[in-house]
Amino acid sequence: MRYLLLIYNNETANTQQTPAEMEAEMAAYNAFGEEGAKAGVLRGGEALQPTTTATTVSVRNGKIITTDGPFAETKEQLGGYYVVDCANLDEAIQWGAKIPGATKGSIEVRPIWDFSQG
Amino acid sequence: MSEIAKIVERTFREESGRVLGALISTLGDFDLAEDALQETLITALERWPLDGIPLNPAAWVTTVARRKAIDRLRRAKIGARKQALLLELLRTEQTDQEPDVDAHPIPDERLKLIFTCCHPALALEAQIALTLRTLGGLTTEEIAHAFLVPVPTMAQRLTRAKNKIREAGIPYQVPPIPVIPERLEAVLKALYLIFNEGYAATSGEGLIRQELCAEAIRLTRVLIELLAHEPGLCEDAEALGLLALMLLHDARRTARVDADGELILLDEQDRSLWTQPEIEEGVALLDRALLLRRPGPYQIQAAISALHAQAAQPAATDWHQIAALYGSLARLTPSPVIELNRAVALGMAHGPLYGLMVLDQRQLADELGDYHLFHAARADLLRRAGWLTEAKVSYAHALSLCQNRAEQTFLRRRLIECTQAALLD
Repeated sequence: MRYLLLIYNNETANTQQTPAEMEAEMAAYNAFGEEGAKAGVLRGGEALQPTTTATTVSVRNGKIITTDGPFAETKEQLGGYYVVDCANLDEAIQWGAKIPGATKGSIEVRPIWDFSQG
Repeated sequence: MSEIAKIVERTFREESGRVLGALISTLGDFDLAEDALQETLITALERWPLDGIPLNPAAWVTTVARRKAIDRLRRAKIGARKQALLLELLRTEQTDQEPDVDAHPIPDERLKLIFTCCHPALALEAQIALTLRTLGGLTTEEIAHAFLVPVPTMAQRLTRAKNKIREAGIPYQVPPIPVIPERLEAVLKALYLIFNEGYAATSGEGLIRQELCAEAIRLTRVLIELLAHEPGLCEDAEALGLLALMLLHDARRTARVDADGELILLDEQDRSLWTQPEIEEGVALLDRALLLRRPGPYQIQAAISALHAQAAQPAATDWHQIAALYGSLARLTPSPVIELNRAVALGMAHGPLYGLMVLDQRQLADELGDYHLFHAARADLLRRAGWLTEAKVSYAHALSLCQNRAEQTFLRRRLIECTQAALLD
């Protein structure tokens, strides 16, 4: 089964990191990526620019509406994701717990629809 | 109900966990397993009066239910995943021919079922409902009744839980050893809450709720037995402690309620009504748990309960020990209510002034200001210290916050006693 691991972290706290802290975090993410690839679990993943760069688009009555944001009131924002292929939820949870961001923020584990299964 | 129908019903309830465990293990699908089992129940009601009761009812039920599942899969328009399952089932069916169902004991898959039902990815109330439904063999109506929620709400809760198990890929397995402690904690918590729901209730239909206590005890016994037999696992001190705690509380069941169904407080219970065999078993289990030298909150609570159970009358209670145990409990799981209990025990052990000193920490008063037992405990300490006017104020405060009728009666009596004594002073 494939799972999307969504990484939620506090963006403001992230911008206040020292260069050394940032470097250590990058190294930790690289190590996670390597471990996941070696185990044959990782199917992809990206880090996202902060929500200050985000745009929200919707269509109402055929008209495109574009706005700045999302203006999330929540403490944590979506900062990146991985796709993992695991046998079950327990395995996916284990991989989620290995993501460096799990120690500061939280990881949402979401199964991906598989339309090929009946 | 006829004799045979009663036997059928009892068999299905008692064997539900074992049969569903085996079925879900091969079918990988809760709904299919449950539907097949339901259909088998009807067949049993038809066949057993004619054919007699099978020698091994559980094996009979499992075999017939598996066939029912195959029929269902054949009838339904099914996708690739279930096609593969059907082929697999047909293959085992050929190697596992009737009529000799009694010769093959069905494998016990209940431990997997327990861990799946109590998976922390499920909401706690869903864990509890699912555990009672699949392992306890209770009907949706019975569970709804026991938790005082409408039947459709409970049915929806169960459906959602089963959907999540399927869609999110919650595995049907005994978890890997490294995560066992965390997962076992979740299982014990669900069982503890099932017991509590049955025990703490002072209203609602007595019978079903009593059944919750019995069911929690039965399931905890099963869990302990299964853990002991699972390769790589061993006896768990907290599981033993939880069973001890349940038994020691359950021993007081008949003494807790008067003829009108009102709650009787511990101090005023007729201790000759406490069931000694349960107390003895609880104490023995606790001793076994303590030997494992892995203390935990359930063992400590069981130890407190055991000290109450072993006091022939209230005055013989070992309050020094109880106060020390509340101290240990507060260190493991800090909570203002535990601190309150510790203050009460200290007040009993070292005199009311000592208890008041602990109780009057500002933080405790802030956190428990709306809790009637905080004021009731304070009032009691003040009364015993001879400060009757202050005690009266606290009893009145407690009374204004109290919802339980038995406790209200008790508090009112104390308030009157204090008022009279103050007048005599």
